[in-house]
Amino acid sequence: MRRIYLDHAATTPTRPEVVKAMLPYFTDAFGNASSIYSYGREARGAVEEARIKVAELIGARGEEVIFTSGGTEADNYALKGVAYANERKGNHIITTSIEHHAVLEVCRFLGRRRFQITYLPVDKYGLVDPDDVKRAITDKTILISVMHANNQVGTIEPVEEIGKIAREAGVYFHIDAVQTLGHIPVDVDELKVDLLAISAHKLYGPKGVGALYVRKGTRLVSFMHGGEQEKRRRAGTENVPAIVGLGRAVELAGQEMGKEVERLAYLRDKLIKGLVEKIDHIRLNGHPTRRLPNNVNVSVDFVEGESLLLNLDLEGICASTGSACSSASLEPSHVLLALGLPAEQAHGSLRFTLGRENTEADVEQVLEVLPGIVARLRAMSPLLKTQK
Amino acid sequence: MSDIWSLYSEKVMEHFKNPRNVGEIENPDGVGRVGNPVCGDIMELYIKVNDGIIVDAKFKTFGCGAAIASSSMVTEMVKGNSIEEALKISNKAVAEALDGLPPVKMHCSVLAEDALKAAIENYLSNSTSPL
Repeated sequence: MRRIYLDHAATTPTRPEVVKAMLPYFTDAFGNASSIYSYGREARGAVEEARIKVAELIGARGEEVIFTSGGTEADNYALKGVAYANERKGNHIITTSIEHHAVLEVCRFLGRRRFQITYLPVDKYGLVDPDDVKRAITDKTILISVMHANNQVGTIEPVEEIGKIAREAGVYFHIDAVQTLGHIPVDVDELKVDLLAISAHKLYGPKGVGALYVRKGTRLVSFMHGGEQEKRRRAGTENVPAIVGLGRAVELAGQEMGKEVERLAYLRDKLIKGLVEKIDHIRLNGHPTRRLPNNVNVSVDFVEGESLLLNLDLEGICASTGSACSSASLEPSHVLLALGLPAEQAHGSLRFTLGRENTEADVEQVLEVLPGIVARLRAMSPLLKTQK
Repeated sequence: MSDIWSLYSEKVMEHFKNPRNVGEIENPDGVGRVGNPVCGDIMELYIKVNDGIIVDAKFKTFGCGAAIASSSMVTEMVKGNSIEEALKISNKAVAEALDGLPPVKMHCSVLAEDALKAAIENYLSNSTSPL
């Protein structure tokens, strides 16, 4: 059976060009980037070249890019790094209720210590109100952390406006750009961000590598103590092949972004339109226009997400859901609940995230099989009857 | 969530793909409705009773693969049972009949047991009402 992968917000396949760029650094050019002889210099050169590539895509300087093990580490570092370096100035952090767990759980951790966290609400589309950010700032505020775009519902946040507010208030501003980099333009000066988290495997790079952009002059403590790598901020021998992979992936993303965005947005809109036309009682989650070009998130009334996913999987289609029937808490997605969805609609959510290898035929296949799956599950749903 | 897939037994998947006894019974002798939308599982179980024997059982379920398979299995197990026998069907028995459920999904079998008990209670309260 032909498999159709529609979960690119979870991860993407590593591009062959990226793998090709990485391979020599496992074998021939295996050196430790800290060594001074030729092997070391080769590795160092490759790491620094990748650093420049990452910096170029976001309008930064190479020295402002710190390599990490991924997006989660970059978010952890941004929040903990700023919090512990600026305690004398204040202990208040502002974030939103729809952040990725890599931010939310760090905030909860800090909140159980001596930090105070404000979790801002969002509107029904998932948008943060910049005025809410402004009102939440106190003389103790040291950091504002807002995701560039939400990984579940695809809503693109007004980070530029928030950046302006943060800059005027003299508060550091961090954005999680894991879902946006390579999809939409990201420029650290335009967005007025001081810290920005990047992950390689969301843009056709390898897993296990990412980066944190840190604006020059930003006060933050070291994340890993040990050797002198990454200017002593993140000790540990550099993962040279992975860093090279990140550099190549970012380079390719920068070259191809415009055309690919258009293509994905077309497929996205075709899928949304088709789903709404073919299935009753279905609604789009997230913002209708301020939306990632590859994200489709819908709630299908009267049915539960995991049973939808299982059925799609039986048809070779890979998607995801905000239902959490399998998690210990059984609570559905915190993002969908923050948008104000009732629990049963959050449990009935389906997310399709498109990518490079998807075609119009893939979208048509989803539109072909999903209505039947929904009808079958609805026929056994006790919720539908209650509605009649 | 992908780990859940491989954890489902073939039997669970078989019942999920071809659930038995889906639907409602007209004029049922007992109905049990359990679960809540917050947890993502709602199960409705209908029974028909003749001379103290459950002659038919049907279900409607909003829930995950394990919830649907558990509903299907419990309706299969209960048919032909006396009320007394049916009351002895435990969630463990349902899970075992499905060749096991992943630990995080055991609550689905609990729901199946609860739905059956609720349907029987409903039947008993109807049948003992003053004539």
